[in-house]
Amino acid sequence: MRRIISVLIENAPGALSRVVGLFSQRGYNIESLTVAPTEDETLSRLTLTTIGDDHKIEQITKHLNKLIDVVKLVDLTEGAHIERELMLIKVKASGAQRAEVKRCVDIFRGQIVDVTSSLYIIQVSGTSDKLDAFLQAVGEASILETVRSGVSGISRGEKVLSL
Amino acid sequence: MDMLSGGDMLIRSLRDEGVECVFGYPGGAALHIYDALFRQKDVKHILVRHEQAATHAADGYARATGKVGTVLVTSGPGATNAITGIATAYMDSIPMVVISGQVASERIGEDAFQETDMVGVSRPIVKHSFMVKHASEIPEIVKKAYYIASTGRPGPVVIDVPKDITSPAETFPYEYPQKVKMRSYTPATRGHTGQIKKAVQLLLGAKRPMIYAGGGVILGDASELLTTLARQLNFPVTNTLMGLGCYPGTDRQFLGMLGMHGTFEANTAMHHCDVLLAVGARFDDRVTNTVSKFCPSAKIIHIDIDPASISKTVAADVPIVGSVESVLTEMLALLKEDEKKPDAEGLAAWWKQIDEWRARHGLYTKPRYKTDGDAIMPQDVIRTLHEVTKGDAYVTSDVGQHQMFAAQYYLFDKPRRWINSGGLGTMGFGLPAAMGVQIADREGVVACVTGEGSIQMCIQELSTCTQYHLPIKIICLNNQALGMVKQWQDMQYESRYSESLYEESLPDFVKLMESYGHVGMRVTDKKDLKTKMEECFAMKDRVVFMDIMVDPSVHVYPMHVAPNGSMRDMWLSKTERT
Repeated sequence: MRRIISVLIENAPGALSRVVGLFSQRGYNIESLTVAPTEDETLSRLTLTTIGDDHKIEQITKHLNKLIDVVKLVDLTEGAHIERELMLIKVKASGAQRAEVKRCVDIFRGQIVDVTSSLYIIQVSGTSDKLDAFLQAVGEASILETVRSGVSGISRGEKVLSL
Repeated sequence: MDMLSGGDMLIRSLRDEGVECVFGYPGGAALHIYDALFRQKDVKHILVRHEQAATHAADGYARATGKVGTVLVTSGPGATNAITGIATAYMDSIPMVVISGQVASERIGEDAFQETDMVGVSRPIVKHSFMVKHASEIPEIVKKAYYIASTGRPGPVVIDVPKDITSPAETFPYEYPQKVKMRSYTPATRGHTGQIKKAVQLLLGAKRPMIYAGGGVILGDASELLTTLARQLNFPVTNTLMGLGCYPGTDRQFLGMLGMHGTFEANTAMHHCDVLLAVGARFDDRVTNTVSKFCPSAKIIHIDIDPASISKTVAADVPIVGSVESVLTEMLALLKEDEKKPDAEGLAAWWKQIDEWRARHGLYTKPRYKTDGDAIMPQDVIRTLHEVTKGDAYVTSDVGQHQMFAAQYYLFDKPRRWINSGGLGTMGFGLPAAMGVQIADREGVVACVTGEGSIQMCIQELSTCTQYHLPIKIICLNNQALGMVKQWQDMQYESRYSESLYEESLPDFVKLMESYGHVGMRVTDKKDLKTKMEECFAMKDRVVFMDIMVDPSVHVYPMHVAPNGSMRDMWLSKTERT
């Protein structure tokens, strides 16, 4: 099962490499990873998505918690949560294709953020599934380049991941 | 407030932390630190002959005393040579602080002379690591390092110190912190009372209980509590390789070691038990054999300070995260209050069954190996060692058959007496570890049980023994081959001895010892074994090497049947299986 784990870590040199190293050392997969400092600059928030059964996820969270730099973590997928991923995509857009791509962007509530005579750069955000669906709708043939931010997530309601 | 340079601050911090002895080896990037060491008298330094030995010696020191072992090495090769010893300590949860010199801050990343990314290289085998960015951070980093290394589940911590930071050119105000607090590190202490209550009820209802105790009991200084608990309940006890000595080895309730080379009675009782109390043990693959067949009818209570050890390979029915000491204390208190008593009738039947297993194939009811031949049997060497040292020596070991024989036949009655590399299985560990033990206890009798293969992996340390007058007794079970490798080749590869034989290439250990100023003895006749060993241990102030020519065809038994075997599936000899 796919899980989204959000981790508060010390904003210190080497902290990220310990998290990443743990995954490769113990044979766990990282599907995506995002990290940036929080409003408290001594802390970074890291969000990673991984796939595994309950036993594996339990081990992953236990081992993450053991890392000295990890302050707190939550498995967002255990409760209601919001997840978002940002994608920038460069597509061919000339002739009849141009209008078709534009329609597609509107349907997915994306934005065209750069235009030349033959291509668009499109920004789409949403769940990873939505981004996958958009890629499929546009069609492989017209895609020149894609870049995805990886998943960020936050719990719904009162639940807060902070110190 | 004293104004000190980074180098002086580092050594002063060690002193203020209570460090008595550092094991190390100097080199370019560590020279400011070594100069600071020279200009004081509180912290002693032992100069080893190879950095691997520094880590093993610090490790042996830590295992014998419970204190944190301290290592000081230089950058690059000094640091990488220390890696095997750090990994050894990590696998066995030994508290250790390794200070490594590093090239100057502005050179880092330039592939400078003797540069290695020590923090990166050591990352998977340390509990934590620090790179010092500024000299003023040194006292706090040292305090944190010792705190992290020694609390919770202990382990090695690396402090990497760039050379410019230890420079005598600049001084800073020095104050050693009294306490340290880290928001991201709060090791578990007390176990959950509700869980402990549940465990106590399970124990009181057990008809075929087993206590399976590991190294965590020794690390947590809870041997007495465990012994009290076991005796009060009249439960049988088995120890892991790392746990030997946490329950008295000569006690009637002790069934011997369990696992791959565990006793018939311990492994069979494990298989049939209905309640298993696992204390400070981690269900290692060398213990469980096939996990799906492990203790099929048991409810499992697992006490461990590390939550990640619980339900890692074997699911616990009653997991208890906490220090072994506090959990056992609470358990004993609850047992005292409880009106219910252990099931005496059930236990009597269980003990009757266990005694029957002991009589059938037990290692301690009669010898289960050939006793009528001329050759010296390795098992007899260990039994003689036990006899001559009255079971009270520190025994360090290397890795292989001799290690298993020592574990099986030297019945340890006290904790911190059996010192071996259990998790990593590091050949070369025995001699340097013995040095660390001897430094911790100058009056203690220290024996290093080794083989002619293992001893050669850190044999250079004989010179260190000379320099610091460390009168270790080296008991070498010489079978002229890599015995355990050869045993597996016999059992699984139709005796094709691929690179496991020395073919007349071994040194004359007696002459070698003499060249270091030590005493060498060669024992070839069974009749001489005991008298020579008495002679050896009578030379209290000398290093003595006993080169004992043992029967090279001997295998270690029992041995788990693998793959797909359960705990009770064992080879009992070359031809007999359970």
